[in-house]
Amino acid sequence: MNIEYIAGIIKAVTIPVMALNSIPLLVWMERRGSAFIQNRHGPNRANIGPITLFGLLHPFADAIKCVFKEPFRPTKAHPIFYPLAPALVVVPALLTLAVVPLADHIFLMGAEIPMSVAELEYGIVYMFAVSSISVLGITLAGWASNNKFSLMGGLRSTAQMISYELSLGLSIFGALLVYGSLNPNEIARLQGETFFGVIPAWGVLMQPLGFLLFLIAAFAEANRNPFDLPEGESELVAGYHTEYGGMKFSMFMMGEYVAMVTLSALTVTLFFGGWQVPWVTTEALQATVGQPLRVLCQFLAFAGKTLFFCWLFIWVRWTLPRFRYDQLMRLGWKVILPLSIVNVFVTALVLLGLGWMKGTL
Amino acid sequence: MEALFHVATFYVFAAFALAGAAISAFSRRLVYCVFALLLTFLGVAGLYVLLSADFLAAVQVLLYAGGILVLLIFGVMLTHEIADVSTEANFTDIKFGAVISGILWLLLVVYICKVPWAVLDPLPPYAPTTRAIGLQFLGDYLVPFEYSSFVLLLVVLGAATLARKEVD
Amino acid sequence: MLFDYLSVVVLLVLGLANIFGMMVLPKLLRPHNPTAQKLVAYECGENPIGTSWLQYNVRFFVVALVFIIFDMEIVFMFPWAVVFKEVYATSGPLPLIEMAFFIAVLAVGLIYLWVEGLLDWIRTIR
Repeated sequence: MNIEYIAGIIKAVTIPVMALNSIPLLVWMERRGSAFIQNRHGPNRANIGPITLFGLLHPFADAIKCVFKEPFRPTKAHPIFYPLAPALVVVPALLTLAVVPLADHIFLMGAEIPMSVAELEYGIVYMFAVSSISVLGITLAGWASNNKFSLMGGLRSTAQMISYELSLGLSIFGALLVYGSLNPNEIARLQGETFFGVIPAWGVLMQPLGFLLFLIAAFAEANRNPFDLPEGESELVAGYHTEYGGMKFSMFMMGEYVAMVTLSALTVTLFFGGWQVPWVTTEALQATVGQPLRVLCQFLAFAGKTLFFCWLFIWVRWTLPRFRYDQLMRLGWKVILPLSIVNVFVTALVLLGLGWMKGTL
Repeated sequence: MEALFHVATFYVFAAFALAGAAISAFSRRLVYCVFALLLTFLGVAGLYVLLSADFLAAVQVLLYAGGILVLLIFGVMLTHEIADVSTEANFTDIKFGAVISGILWLLLVVYICKVPWAVLDPLPPYAPTTRAIGLQFLGDYLVPFEYSSFVLLLVVLGAATLARKEVD
Repeated sequence: MLFDYLSVVVLLVLGLANIFGMMVLPKLLRPHNPTAQKLVAYECGENPIGTSWLQYNVRFFVVALVFIIFDMEIVFMFPWAVVFKEVYATSGPLPLIEMAFFIAVLAVGLIYLWVEGLLDWIRTIR
């Protein structure tokens, strides 16, 4: 067997398992975060005797509850599409993770192995393409439940997600112009330099406006507060997953949290250097500590940054109130979309100017 | 081994695409028709990958599965009493239809036989295409590229007309 | 390179297996005791009146339509963004001018929609 094949299969198994196992952690972070921010009680019930582990047992209790909960299908729901919809949300969310690089390439027995499930030359486009399928799952969930709240939630969510997908797509073009590549690993590698030897040359410094627009669009794309109108519990019960319970409901939650992780990872890769450990290039790090430790360092850097953005999602959720739907659409179409187009032009002009100063024209 | 694998994958994707197309052609339920298209789009994207048109495959998924299909679903959901809508056409002259589709089929067969298909053996190495497409846009295909923006502008105007009808 | 797609397919299969494992296997553990009341759609405790497969506002359809147009624009821009640096180093500001023209034409469309008030969610009936 070829080493590349073995490594490929190991990666394809471990990376989704890692992503799925981060969900209990995120749920825990969300509950503790809400308790800290809004002065709530937080998770304080689940326990084994006196052991509560700061509420860490709650996600496990949730998992057990979901497994044992009775599955049901409302009589009027669509027999095929009702159970299909959660699957259409989870599978694309897992697939988008395939191109996220966790560290720089490793060299193993003479083969160069990328540290993502698949290193595609157009990885960014792949991520957009696959994540656009999950929109279908949400529309379908809203429609197939045959519930008026679900239908409204599904429609709102679809319109919101496709509107902000445009802004999400357009806001990264500034960064793409700077890097000249669509390969996430290549993009992360290009951010290894420093300005004046002290400031790491991360995308956020070259594209501050692009980063801000991207972040706002990412919040909307993940259906998180302040853009969680599809769920809007004060008006729509629970939006598109009103009729779902037990395991099917938890699949929607998994989809949401995996999407959150993916968007955080994409933010980190595009704007915060991906797996780059600040001020140290892969080669220098490898020369000092050897390959296994180098990979570990880079992975920890990547995971730390990603976790920070996941925390930001939670932080914002428990801090800001919800938008009204017309405000949401106005923000998407009249502020973020035109600003991202302007951002592309300004970046292109600046690049042209820099080229002219260097005398390449 | 590699070639065999290639051929087998081709048939799997082709089967997906054809199955989706068949369902959407023959199903009486509008919702099934639309959702079967997802299979077709994904199958075709797989075929593009096998043809080393990687960027095109992603675009296929992005535009068709993520865009056009959403539009179609919205369209279907807009139709009244969707559960009972039957897609049976008013015009059901089987003989006439058979003649038309027979002619179309014959034309396709003739042209498929006429084209000198180049058989690549061994398969050329797989190469990313995004850069090449970009260079073509800025080079030989500059005029069609700009022209496409006008086509899109016309579509915007069409959408505006539709939207205004709703207000009136 | 095709091998990378194989990994994606492996991931897809694992994802589907995961779904299967979550939806089907725990059936052995779960109770199954449906009653007519339990299976009524939840509409705040009232019995739902009629079906929910209703016609809704055409505005959502228009949003989807406009989305596809600009999505198409994004797709055209990806290859351009990749080669931008390369081309302007060799043949001057051509890529910028070309894309400026391309986007300007589409921006006309966006401005038209804006001026016509079709980007407003709340519309006055004229």
